[in-house]
Amino acid sequence: MAGKRLRWAAWHLLAAGGAFLMVYPVIWLFMSSFKKSELIFVTAGSLIPDPWIWDNYATGWKGIGGLHFGIFIRNSLVLVVLATIGAVLSSALVAFGFARLKFKGNKFWFAVMMLTLMLPFEVTLVPQYILFSQLGWLNSIKPIVVPAYFGAPFFIFLMIQFIRSIPAELDEAATIDGCGKFRLFWRIIVPLIMPAMATASIFSFYWRWEDLLGPLLYLNRPSMYPVSMALKMYLDAETISNWGAMFAMSVVSLIPVLVVFFLFQRQIVEGISTTGLKG
Amino acid sequence: MSMRFAAWRSQLTGYAFISPFLLGFLIFTAFPVAASFYLSFTDYDLFSAPSWVGLEQYQTMFSGDPKFWRSLKVTFIYVFVGVPLRLTFALMVALLLNRASRAIGLYRTVFYLPSIIGGSVAVSIMWRNLYGDDGVINLALNLVGFESVRWFADPLAALWMLITLSVWQFGSSMLIFLAGLKNIPPSLYEAASVDGANPPQRFFRITMPLLTPVILFNTIMQTIAAFMTFIPAYIISKGEGGPLDGTLLYSLYLFRRAFVFYDMGYASAMAWILLMIVALLTALVFATSKYWVFYETKED
Repeated sequence: MAGKRLRWAAWHLLAAGGAFLMVYPVIWLFMSSFKKSELIFVTAGSLIPDPWIWDNYATGWKGIGGLHFGIFIRNSLVLVVLATIGAVLSSALVAFGFARLKFKGNKFWFAVMMLTLMLPFEVTLVPQYILFSQLGWLNSIKPIVVPAYFGAPFFIFLMIQFIRSIPAELDEAATIDGCGKFRLFWRIIVPLIMPAMATASIFSFYWRWEDLLGPLLYLNRPSMYPVSMALKMYLDAETISNWGAMFAMSVVSLIPVLVVFFLFQRQIVEGISTTGLKG
Repeated sequence: MSMRFAAWRSQLTGYAFISPFLLGFLIFTAFPVAASFYLSFTDYDLFSAPSWVGLEQYQTMFSGDPKFWRSLKVTFIYVFVGVPLRLTFALMVALLLNRASRAIGLYRTVFYLPSIIGGSVAVSIMWRNLYGDDGVINLALNLVGFESVRWFADPLAALWMLITLSVWQFGSSMLIFLAGLKNIPPSLYEAASVDGANPPQRFFRITMPLLTPVILFNTIMQTIAAFMTFIPAYIISKGEGGPLDGTLLYSLYLFRRAFVFYDMGYASAMAWILLMIVALLTALVFATSKYWVFYETKED
């Protein structure tokens, strides 16, 4: 009996110790954001700010180059919302087509779609840039947002898996009742695949919020920058005097991500476990 | 007549539903892939028309550009050290967490957390500072009796920063391993215990073989993702890939050739070499998989 208790305690010690090591960097960032800039590295070994100050958040929020941080957050939200709506709705449409409709080439195009998942983005990077510059889309959010409306293979795959778990009798019953394919999709399938659409939305939110490459290539005016580019500006202007502000705004940029994570943990864990979606 | 019309209609309906993907695939993938292949045989600076140079870009890459070889080397170290370490940690922690306890949810969340925030600029900035001269990593080294390392002065040390950042994000692979472990029927372990198998035997004879399909999947997806790593290298080296190209990952070098030096032809040639490397590695993993991946159906 004592041996079992000891094993139990050792297991918790190991798991909790590992978990603490994993989050330590984040805790360190968080606590450092309440330290005076010049003390962050002098007292790097201590997690407790002394004195505890809020100034970093005030200076950080004032922003950089005359733009306050709220503007960057708004820009990020615009990108996230527009791209997520497009990606989730178009992916649902395509997923329904692949999962439920019989047509020649269904299997072929599905295989093509799965292959694009393995295509390194570097291959399309340059021609896409040329294409968008020919279209006159540079320095706008169009190159970042518009492609989302053409379906995202990861989300399509996620939704196909989900649709396949819905009994086909439902479709047949609806078809007998004279329901067209689009009505069938919109009235019956969409409400049923809401959980998969929610999971896709969460991942879309993460990827768009954290995206740096798109904004780096296509946005030139700081007034259009999302949070990721704003942080890069802080880094470019890095001096001892603004470490605190940079840390504070890094924390601010992580808060939405963490909130979504803690609210929707179950969907995220299921999404990854069933499809191998990378978080 | 109406039969044929109905058949046509159902074909059209199918294509109508997948049309967003088809259009997107043609415009944003197929056409760019073809264009990239063409551009790799040209000299193109975005401002004047591309001029055909044949294999010159590829020749320069292989014989006239030491930076290309350095970035390839750095990327190979990053991938072939980082991915195995990441998968090993993922598997070890998944095994640790594969038991019944009320605390599992909490532990799983905490171990997974870095994966969710790891791709952000904020975390790369944090990582830079952890490895600062007076940063936490050096303090920890001092604590156990080692001397401080100047992480930003040495190419290999700087690359180690990127590798540890990638290993830290083992959470998504861990979740996939956990799902794989849950799928192993407990009856197998019971039967093995009855037959007198000890824990290592059970691990190597039951757990590992049944996990090999998941390991295969994780290896391929993580390797491809590792070849595409961009943000950490860009942020940690402030866009330069330094010191001495130590953090010049392939995608960062390609990005610099294309969008700092406007060498679109060269960048396209680099992209095709990368595509071939990734395709070759994937094919290799698949080809060897019949020797180490265990498929249950074969045994039935």
